[in-house]
Amino acid sequence: MSPKTLYDKIWDAHLAHQAEDGTCLLYIDRHLVHEVTSPQAFEGLRMAGRTVRAPDKTIAVPDHNVPTTPGRNDPEQMPEDSRIQVAALDSNAREFGIHYYPVSDIRQGIVHIVGPEQGWTLPGMTVVCGDSHTATHGAFGALAHGIGTSEVEHVLATQTLIQRKGKNMKVEITGQLQPGVTAKDITLAVIGETGTAGGTGYVIEYCGEAIRSLSMEGRMTVCNMAIEGGARAGLIAPDETTFEYVKGRPHAPKGAQWEAALAWWKTLYSDDDAHWDKVVTIRGEDIAPVVTWGTSPEDVLPITGTVPSPEDYEGGKVDAVRRSLDYMGLKSGTPLSEIEIDTVFIGSCTNGRIEDLRAAAEILKGKKVKDGLRAMVVPGSGLVRAQAEEEGLADIFKEAGFEWRLAGCSMCLAMNPDQLSPGERCAATSNRNFEGRQGRGGRTHLLSPAMAAAAAVTGRLTDVRELM
Amino acid sequence: MEKFIKLTGVAAPMPLVNIDTDMIIPKQFLKTIKRSGLGINLFDEMRYDDNGDEIPDFVLNKPQYRDAQILVAGDNFGCGSSREHAPWALLDFGIRCVISTSFADIFYNNCFKNGILPIVLPQEEVDKLMDDAARGANAVLTVDLENQTISGPDGGTIGFEVDSFQKHCLLNGLDDIGQTLEKGAAIDAFEAQAAQARPWV
Repeated sequence: MSPKTLYDKIWDAHLAHQAEDGTCLLYIDRHLVHEVTSPQAFEGLRMAGRTVRAPDKTIAVPDHNVPTTPGRNDPEQMPEDSRIQVAALDSNAREFGIHYYPVSDIRQGIVHIVGPEQGWTLPGMTVVCGDSHTATHGAFGALAHGIGTSEVEHVLATQTLIQRKGKNMKVEITGQLQPGVTAKDITLAVIGETGTAGGTGYVIEYCGEAIRSLSMEGRMTVCNMAIEGGARAGLIAPDETTFEYVKGRPHAPKGAQWEAALAWWKTLYSDDDAHWDKVVTIRGEDIAPVVTWGTSPEDVLPITGTVPSPEDYEGGKVDAVRRSLDYMGLKSGTPLSEIEIDTVFIGSCTNGRIEDLRAAAEILKGKKVKDGLRAMVVPGSGLVRAQAEEEGLADIFKEAGFEWRLAGCSMCLAMNPDQLSPGERCAATSNRNFEGRQGRGGRTHLLSPAMAAAAAVTGRLTDVRELM
Repeated sequence: MEKFIKLTGVAAPMPLVNIDTDMIIPKQFLKTIKRSGLGINLFDEMRYDDNGDEIPDFVLNKPQYRDAQILVAGDNFGCGSSREHAPWALLDFGIRCVISTSFADIFYNNCFKNGILPIVLPQEEVDKLMDDAARGANAVLTVDLENQTISGPDGGTIGFEVDSFQKHCLLNGLDDIGQTLEKGAAIDAFEAQAAQARPWV
């Protein structure tokens, strides 16, 4: 048998049909659904008189629109268009008989946090969702990627996806990380190296000692941003850390099925002599705590750097950098650590898990948020929130001056009322710094939870190592 | 889905690289439960000022490009989110074809599902078409999917590649789901076999 990558193995195990022209039907094990990209798909099913083929493999949760303030179970808290969208998900979930976690359920949260937490996401699966950050689930050694609404409808109706196989890309992070450097810094540093289109057409497998040493939370952060590097999916081979995380979760296999699953999961790794179409290697020791300065996730620099100049670039990027600096209100040559901020946002499917909150709280313990600065923590799920309260993290955030919110996507994409005003500058643990992403005219700097906490204390982008 | 066979229309130049889905259709317009009506908000934050008035310098606000049906764009067009609202907005505005050196995967795929043809060409050819597009009302291109060619205003012709299955679907305006359901027996067989091999799924 020819050697295979992990991606090859999962692909082969899910190939339901291959046409003569090479077009494939890939079988989908888990379909996650949220309120923004699904209403037109359900409507399409109804119009065509179709049903959901595998309701048991379909899981819905509202997250993008939902308010994160107390009393949100009252729909009157939402603007009318958001309320209609969430109500549509409620009724579609009921009508088609799919699993559902409404806002009133403590298990509700960001779809990419709920899936793993409930054990829906398992190694070797194919997982899709109408959301590009579905790549998150790749942390379990699952082939997981975002799809459009037409494809959501296709999966609902057929439980398959029309696909052509992507290429294999290996991203190896060797050695160990320095103190103050986290999974977020890894994933941003990789995008800084490869560019936002570097992974286009590829499925990335992250490997190497620094990746192996990460917790599941950290691995999810790394895979989450594969899409920001252009790759639809990023994955990490499952190991004891993975099995330990999965075991005992509500929808994880039990008993004899657990043993059978485990035996198969242990075969899910890339063979030594597997073929890679592209390889990127970065030394873990070389990665510093990083921030973004521009309006593309590839605009990454170590916090010790300075704002670049358009002349540092070539081709179309020259104009893009000029436009970015103008939008961001930054001057070339300014040290990044002198950039003052107005807002800190800790949360999102990138960094809204318990470990992220622990890392931020560790920095904040006994300190206060800088006067006049707005700071909020939005846990990724109701269960993350409850655990953080139990561990005393919520008290640390509140005492420091952070708002302690309910679970949702919140200010990552600002579809709910959590938004930046024009010109407002935010240190955010989310995944996109696009123009207008967090609110029209809002300026976003992406960074890790620990770096976000440090920025909250000093009121400017800050090297977290100074506060450790 | 409307068929795409041959399109002759004005091409608008958008040389900016990394035009993302938040630029194409900002999130405040994702709250719709319909596919239609998004064209008015296409490129909303680049197209309108804070008072909602048109920004005259923006390409699609210029008289010669208001009816553009083709975009010639910088690298990595459509990066970012999976929102199909991006192609819906383009289509609703009247754009049926986007030409660039590269596209983000999910956006690229979403285009085909909506009768929009995304075309990838080498840098020199995109540069040439960008120059053609900059000629304003004379920037008329003809995109012939059947023969896989683009003809410019000066009579030159450029060939392009397209996946044979996607081409077939566009030329015939075919619905993916209907075609997949025809393979129902293969899906049933796979599902039965997978239930044996991986009963925990």
